Amino acid sequence: MSRTICLIGTRKGFFLAESDEARSDWKLRGPYCESWPIYHAIMDGKGTIFAAAASEWHGSAVWRSPDLGETWTHSSEGLAYDDDRRISKVSVLSAKHDRVLVGVEMPGVFESTDDGETWSVKTTLAGQPGSEVWDDPNNQPPGHLGISAVFEDADDRSHWWAIAQGIGMYETADDGATWTPRNRGLRADWPREHEEVGFCVHKVARAADGVRMYQQNHVGMHRSDDSGLSWTEITEGLPSEFGFAAAAHPHDRDTFHVIPLDPGHGRTMPDGKACVWRTEDAGSTWRRSDAGLPQENAFVGVLREGMANDTYDVPGYYFGTSTGQLFVSNDDAASWQEVAGYLPAITSVEVAILD
Amino acid sequence: MADVHLPTTLTPLFAGLPRRLEVDAPTVDGVIAQLEERYPGLRDRLCVPGPELRTHIHVYVDRERAELTTPLDERSRVDVIAAISGG
Repeated sequence: MSRTICLIGTRKGFFLAESDEARSDWKLRGPYCESWPIYHAIMDGKGTIFAAAASEWHGSAVWRSPDLGETWTHSSEGLAYDDDRRISKVSVLSAKHDRVLVGVEMPGVFESTDDGETWSVKTTLAGQPGSEVWDDPNNQPPGHLGISAVFEDADDRSHWWAIAQGIGMYETADDGATWTPRNRGLRADWPREHEEVGFCVHKVARAADGVRMYQQNHVGMHRSDDSGLSWTEITEGLPSEFGFAAAAHPHDRDTFHVIPLDPGHGRTMPDGKACVWRTEDAGSTWRRSDAGLPQENAFVGVLREGMANDTYDVPGYYFGTSTGQLFVSNDDAASWQEVAGYLPAITSVEVAILD
Repeated sequence: MADVHLPTTLTPLFAGLPRRLEVDAPTVDGVIAQLEERYPGLRDRLCVPGPELRTHIHVYVDRERAELTTPLDERSRVDVIAAISGG
């Protein structure tokens, strides 16, 4: 029987929820990481948990646990620029190809090849359009994450993508040595300095075929059928063009989920009704998935790393709210159950299966 | 030997690090250097590159606000404080 591990990052530490393959009964434990604010937590292929954290007192570090949270260490050795730029937080992690990458603010990506014991600068995307302004605090949005996403090709170590918050998505085919903006076709409702960047990419989820991508943008849902070379808007049918969290179906490239939010200051689910929206035709039509979710006075939000899927034959989906509820579907988004109701504000949710 | 007092937020981060210990060093920076030798990684938790003390880490020597260069004598008391921050 497989073990299902849900990794939960919160504003007050890391938590872990564990279930079996049925994903009906869950045991929660934590907080870990001395209750540091966690921005993203993942598990690598060897079962080691990594958590990107930033303490207001003690700075940024990546925590790691090789034994599902029983013991923890942390390190920031090498996690610094060699000039006068300061890292305010470590924002997002990726672990593939026997290494760990972490996106940071001020924008850059660091790499560890020794299980998170030491780090070195991989790239700052220097010279890319947009990079000339992104270290200026006047150009940084609230809660600035710098590099807000890093995701890698499953087969090619040198091929990966990075999102610079408020600027756009970039692709590298030579392990970070050179970059190309990948924002063609995106919408922006504001003036931009460069044709290729200036887009507010919130979240990119890759479809089951490894080629298609879905993107929740600050303005609109988009889809790319050519690995990000071009984008087409698929917002029609959703209650809002704004949101953060998204999750693709692990086996069907046409099925995808997103959590639209009101776009103003509230950034909560529309009308106080908690809802995941699902398409099964690549965004041509959308329908509600809300069975088991609160449908009255549920003014909850979900952040960009706050939703995930597993890879079972009947896939499960998971999302954590900024008010501390964790919801799980174990039946391919047909219904939902609340697994935890009183956690600190949830920043990230990821899922791993251990055989 | 300076009488060094550390904040409760720091000690759980390093196995065996006590709240209070004696350190023979000429300055606050010297104290941190010695602690770094015994507890690798500790400097990063108190200082940013430069080095400078982190914004919300305050150090007092004999109850006076101190900097990394503040000198110590054999009987100095050094308090490292995690200042009020966050919620």
